[in-house]
Amino acid sequence: MPLDWQLATVTAVRNETPTVRSFTLRLPGWAGHRPGQHVDLRLTAEDGYSVERSYSIASEPERTGEVDITVERIPGGEVSPFLHEAVVPGDRLEVRGPIGGYFVWEAALGGPLLLVAGGSGVVPLMAMARHRAKAGSHVPARLLFSSRGPDEIIYRAELDRLAAAGDGFAVAHTLTRQQPPGWTGYARRIDEQMLTEVVEPLGAAIRAYACGPTALVETVANGLVRLGLPADRIRTERFGPTGT
Amino acid sequence: MGERFVTRGFVGRRDDGAGGPLSGDERRRRTPPGQYLTTDFPVLSAGPTPRTPLDRWSLQVEGLVANPVSWTWEQFLALPSRDWVVDISCVTKWTHLDMRWKGVSVDALLEGVDLDPTAAFIVAYSDGGYTTNLPLADVLNNQAFVAWEYDGKPLAPEHGGPARLVVPGRYFWKSAKWVRGLRLQANDEPGFWESLGYNNRGDQWTEERYSGD
Repeated sequence: MPLDWQLATVTAVRNETPTVRSFTLRLPGWAGHRPGQHVDLRLTAEDGYSVERSYSIASEPERTGEVDITVERIPGGEVSPFLHEAVVPGDRLEVRGPIGGYFVWEAALGGPLLLVAGGSGVVPLMAMARHRAKAGSHVPARLLFSSRGPDEIIYRAELDRLAAAGDGFAVAHTLTRQQPPGWTGYARRIDEQMLTEVVEPLGAAIRAYACGPTALVETVANGLVRLGLPADRIRTERFGPTGT
Repeated sequence: MGERFVTRGFVGRRDDGAGGPLSGDERRRRTPPGQYLTTDFPVLSAGPTPRTPLDRWSLQVEGLVANPVSWTWEQFLALPSRDWVVDISCVTKWTHLDMRWKGVSVDALLEGVDLDPTAAFIVAYSDGGYTTNLPLADVLNNQAFVAWEYDGKPLAPEHGGPARLVVPGRYFWKSAKWVRGLRLQANDEPGFWESLGYNNRGDQWTEERYSGD
C-alpha cells in the first residue's frame, strides 16, 4: 500500500516553550498510527521548489482523524522557522505517514517501560505516555527527561498531570544548564549513575526507548547495556542537527 | 495528488551554502528530490552501538559461493583498497556531497569466492543483528564498498566502525553499519528496515523511501 500524500488542515497551534510549538493536523484519510511513529511533511513554493522533513507524532492513537506534531524552531533552519512564523490555523499542509515500525511502544507490549528524552526528543515518547494513559495501561513507566532550563521543559504541565494520576507513571527531570531556586531534580547531563537510580525501581526486564541528541542517546544506550539490559530491549531514535 | 499543491507563504531557503566550493547549479543537480544538503554527518541507529574488539572481528562472504571466505581485521585491511568520494543520501532527508571514504569494493570481496550462477541477491548482516538486502547487480562494478576510514580517520563506532558497507546509489540505511558479512542468495530477503515499512530498493533519485513508493 503506497503512503499517499494527503492535505492536512491545521486546526490548532500551541506554544509548548518559547522555541517549541505544537500543531494539530486534521487528516481526511488517516489510517491511524502507533506511538513512536512519524510523518513526513512537504512544503512547496509557487515555482515548484519543495522540501520535505520528518516529524514525530506527539499525539496518542486514541485520538482519531488528527495528529499533533511538535516542532522545535531551529535558528537558520529552512522549515521549522517557517512553521513557527507563518503557519496558522486554517492553513493546509501536505503530509504522509505514518512511518517507522521499530521505535514503537504499545500497551500490549507491556513493560516496565523506561523512556529517556533529551529536549524535543521527548515528542515520540510523549505519544507513548499519552497512549499509556488513554489505554488505561498500568505498566510501571518512568520518563527521564533532560532539558536545558526550566522554561525549556516541553509538555511540563501535562507531564506533571500524568505523573500525578497515580497509575504508575513517574517523571524525573534533569536541567543541564540552568536550575530555578529550590530545584530538587537532577542538575547535570544524564550519566550512568542517574540512569541506575531511575531504572532501579523498574526492576530488570524493562523496555527502554531513548530519543534525543546523539551524545545523549549513546550515553543512555551504552549505559543500559552495561546495566545488563539486552540490546534488543533498547530502542533508539536520534537526531543530530538534521530536522531543521 | 493531481494538481500541485502550493504551501501558503512558503518560499524556501534554496541555497544554504552547504556544498562548499560547488556552484549552486551543481549542488541542485546532485541533490535528490525531497533532500536537503548538509555538511554534518548525522547518526541514526535503531539500538545500542555494538562494540566488537578487532581481535574478534571478521568479515565473511558466504551463501551461494563455492569458496566461502572469512577475513580477520588484518587480512581485511590488506585487501586492495582505494579512496572513494561519493554523495550520500539518508531517507531522513539529508544529503551530504563528496563524503570521503577508504575501503574495499564489493567486487574485490567477491573475487575468488566463485559465485554460484544462481546468486542474484545479497544480504548484508551486522553486529547487533541488523540486515539489509540488495540485488547483486546493485553492488557490483564499483557501486558498493566496505569502508573502514571516513575523512582520513578510522570509522567511528557510531558511524558504523570498525567497518560499514557503503552503497552510495541507495538511501543510507542500505549502507549497513558494523557489517560482518555478505550472504549471497538466489532469492531476495527483506532486511530490517525493508520489513518495517521502508522501500525494498531504496533508490534516492526516484524517492523510493517507503513501501509502495
